Amino acid sequence: MLDQAEGYVTADGRKIGGVVMEMKNITLRFGGVEAIKDISFDIREGEIRAIIGPNGAGKSSMLNVISGFYIPQEGQVYYKGAPRPPMKPFEVARQGIARTFQNIALFEGMTVLDNVMTGRLTHMKTGLWAQSIWRGKAEAEETANREVAEKIIDFLEIQAIRKTPVARLPYGLKKRVELARALAAEPSLLLLDEPMAGMNVEEKEDMSRFILDVNDEFGTTIALIEHDMGVVMDLSDRVVVMDYGKKIGDGSPDEVRNNQDVIDAYLGVSHD
Amino acid sequence: MSDQLIYASEVFLNGLMAGVLYALVALGFVLIFKASGIFNFAQGVMALFAAMTLVGIQSGQVPFAHLINAIFGTKIHHFGWEVHSIIAIILTVLVMILLAWMVQRFIFKHLVGQEPIILFMATIGLAYLLEGVADLMWGSEIKKLDVCLAEGACLPQGINVAIDEATYNLFGYGFFIDNLDITATIIAILLVTALVIFSQYTKQGRAMRAVADDHQAALSVGVSLNYIWILVWSVAGFVALVAGIMWGAKSGVQFSLSLIALKALPVLMLGGFTSIPGAIVGGLIIGVGEKLFEFFMSSGDLAGALFGFTMNATENWFAYVLALIFLVFRPQGLFGEKIIERV
Repeated sequence: MLDQAEGYVTADGRKIGGVVMEMKNITLRFGGVEAIKDISFDIREGEIRAIIGPNGAGKSSMLNVISGFYIPQEGQVYYKGAPRPPMKPFEVARQGIARTFQNIALFEGMTVLDNVMTGRLTHMKTGLWAQSIWRGKAEAEETANREVAEKIIDFLEIQAIRKTPVARLPYGLKKRVELARALAAEPSLLLLDEPMAGMNVEEKEDMSRFILDVNDEFGTTIALIEHDMGVVMDLSDRVVVMDYGKKIGDGSPDEVRNNQDVIDAYLGVSHD
Repeated sequence: MSDQLIYASEVFLNGLMAGVLYALVALGFVLIFKASGIFNFAQGVMALFAAMTLVGIQSGQVPFAHLINAIFGTKIHHFGWEVHSIIAIILTVLVMILLAWMVQRFIFKHLVGQEPIILFMATIGLAYLLEGVADLMWGSEIKKLDVCLAEGACLPQGINVAIDEATYNLFGYGFFIDNLDITATIIAILLVTALVIFSQYTKQGRAMRAVADDHQAALSVGVSLNYIWILVWSVAGFVALVAGIMWGAKSGVQFSLSLIALKALPVLMLGGFTSIPGAIVGGLIIGVGEKLFEFFMSSGDLAGALFGFTMNATENWFAYVLALIFLVFRPQGLFGEKIIERV
């Protein structure tokens, strides 16, 4: 059985709940290469969980396992207490796990609003016919979906570009739109693959603020991958550290910072 | 108005109508290409197959009659009943949906992530397979296609008479426009309207646009690619049926029908492979262009006076030359997405 223990309270006084997602002894291979070696960790309700590690450590692979893009050869994924059978990415998404991508995967031809609305596909339930003739439940549903979308657009401060085709936006804003689309699904777990990659300091600060606000305002559980150590330590409640596909550390930012393995492998051995 | 101008207007109108038929075929190509990146060479054969199935069901033909007779020594050909057009159309739509499912399940599911050229080769194979199946299923003789909505009301009668009279009163010369072309135009307008409503306002349509734009992103918002591809092939099958009915009613249901796919190629090069409005405008431009060009070049008064010679049968090559010119100067077509490589 899974440990459904009551959780913990963070330094800033937020209450973290039970386990939402648990990875147990996950091993992922590509041919002869082991991208992930026997890794276990959990993600708890309401927390911001970071996965860090040097390039090629297997962080993105881990995120892809959680979101169903990769199926691990060994190990078991538990979601909301139940073992999850191997699933296609779209089935995982329908279970309430939303994600963003390292290299941004947006619907470039659509406007920002359309992108965010598409994020609500899993919440659209009325039939084809009702939607075509725009009657009854379909109308009410569309209005409700639209309201959620607008709220998220307001929240992420992208009102000014609602009607702009995404292809025309600069990189930083695209990242934000992608976050908006993932949020639109009102996910029980939000996966962010390097949300701050390629950003300047200002953009990074904005994005950090949004991630914290999202977690605070909507109570969204967030798992993120990040390179920038400073950012990670400020943002996250607990951190998993990976190196060469192995887990070398797991705990609060302070614990990880003082973990000798992590210092050696990731931050480098001191040279004095 | 001068006589030449009046004749030219009539030619123009007829060109528009012919263009609608080209656009119908091109539309099927665009739908599949947008959603899956597959250039479906079999679109023309799908139109043929749909038209043959419709006639077969209408006239109560036994499918695979020749095969059954050859194996069991029986002599069955017809069930002995006739099916109402509307029911026959619904049944044919179901057959096209089944075909879409089979194409996805047995061919393209196994080719996900392959090079475009491999997908294209697969559709060539599909085209010949489907042509063979159509032959085996319904026989190869030329069939007459009549779509009747009710007794005696096969296609709207009298519209062309009205046009004839109206233009006669106006210009002193009655335009001749084929009844069938008018019907095709009306149906094409309805079809495009329905497609627009479907893709803009329904969940499935939104998912379809999402898949057309980015596969990974579509997966991450909970869209099943497999389902959307079956849906797209079904819609393309339906468009093929409409095109098959129109062309079949015009020239009889025969195997040369599959060659209309070739006529759709210049339309696509003009309009762009990824644009639905492009397919329609491209079809109209080609239709009007080739008719007007033919009219102009074959007339002694115009081309003869201007160049000192006239040309006939320019319709055979005009569309392709126009497409070539477009390939040189605007390879993405009028409405296609511009290919920009960022460095």
